[in-house]
Amino acid sequence: MTDTPSTHGTDRVKRGLAEMLKGGVIMDVVTADQARIAEEAGAVAVMSLERVPADIRATGGVARMADPQKVTEIVAAVSIPVMAKARIGHFVEAQVLQTLGVDYIDESEVLTPADEEHHIDKWAFTVPFVCGARDLGEALRRIGEGAAMIRTKGEPGTGNVVEAVRHMRQMTSEIRTLTTLGDDELMSQARDLRAPFDLVKEVASTGRLPVVNFAAGGIATPADAALMMQLGCDGIFVGSGIFKSGDPAVRARAIVEATTHYSDADAIAKVSHDLGEPMVGINIDTIPPEERMQERGL
Amino acid sequence: MVRSLGAEVVEVRLPEHLDGLDALIIPGGESTTIGRLAGLYGLLEPMAEVIESGLPVLGTCAGMIVLATGTTEGDQAQLGVLDVVVRRNAFGRQVDSYEAPIPVSGWDEPITGVFIRAPWIAKAGDDVEILATVDDELSGDARPVFVRQRNVIATAFHPELTDDARVHEMLLSMAAAAKEL
Repeated sequence: MTDTPSTHGTDRVKRGLAEMLKGGVIMDVVTADQARIAEEAGAVAVMSLERVPADIRATGGVARMADPQKVTEIVAAVSIPVMAKARIGHFVEAQVLQTLGVDYIDESEVLTPADEEHHIDKWAFTVPFVCGARDLGEALRRIGEGAAMIRTKGEPGTGNVVEAVRHMRQMTSEIRTLTTLGDDELMSQARDLRAPFDLVKEVASTGRLPVVNFAAGGIATPADAALMMQLGCDGIFVGSGIFKSGDPAVRARAIVEATTHYSDADAIAKVSHDLGEPMVGINIDTIPPEERMQERGL
Repeated sequence: MVRSLGAEVVEVRLPEHLDGLDALIIPGGESTTIGRLAGLYGLLEPMAEVIESGLPVLGTCAGMIVLATGTTEGDQAQLGVLDVVVRRNAFGRQVDSYEAPIPVSGWDEPITGVFIRAPWIAKAGDDVEILATVDDELSGDARPVFVRQRNVIATAFHPELTDDARVHEMLLSMAAAAKEL
């Protein structure tokens, strides 16, 4: 470098990578082969995890970060950014993932939480973090802990978009409400949202989250992806929706194109032809409350 | 950014969106994804044509890769309107991403270069004016990260992530000059 100081892991550098992924699709992958399929299909990043949410739901047991061997293979296999999931509160899994060269860590409710009280102190890391949220208060608490990107939680592994829609609408409406309040009303609003006051003030004045907000949890079709984009999210995470479907490569491409052309119904119709079987969906009210992943890490 | 400078902005997703533009910005993102989707929707050739016929264009990070004639890795859909060979992810992975003040030739104040999984220019043609470089820590060589060739400007860093509008002003003044011709 030149004589001038340079800094790694600043807010701008961490949040900036998420800015570069806007309008794109991030796909869950378990193996390097799946990562190559995702990259070839036009994913802007891949998410490495031990098992996709539908399999975690089906087989049960404790879900942890992926085997470092698999993560390393995925990092080597693609040139797009590689994200990886760590358990909520498991800062050592996060340290390991940072060492492996992962570009973003998802502190995720899809895995079994390691700490039921505390999230990871994400400011302590150079690598940026994404976290799930169901409403504005959760989103701002995670940003307060250092998250550089937010995604809706939805209900992972269900192929049912209803919870992602609920969470996106909730956040949008809470943000809109904040912008209508007077300065003297913000402190009690921060109390009700259980959110850091400074961030509440910032959102009230800008009318948006200070970081990029993707949709996740139940997106299974190109129309699902376009729905979330039209509801105002910045991009899409697809988990089980791709590699639990009949023809992953074709469905992955279709979801990418529907996300890019999300307001063009002709384009969405065109890419939705002949995709093969979608993943089998699960109705949320058939899932016992204690098995709902969105209830983890609030 | 350009909106704050008084320009009207349209998003280009399909070839017909190129009609009537005074300047074009190819932003940061994932160059593989941009190249693939641009190819699929028939944008690459029309984009190369309007740029070759003089439309001012700015490419940042992935946008620089898309404008270039080649990458050191090969195998990438590119426009070939900027005579440089680019090395993708030249600085390393996200943990190596950084920001630093970068001196620019002819400017009094340096610009804050925000490098995010950024490329650099490995080889530039004779017509390419090099406006800023950073030193390659391994070889000690100066690697171009801000260049101009006729109507094409490109940065390896992201001026759009800062409040510094000078690069975008440069594009708009090129657009204004092109309109007067």
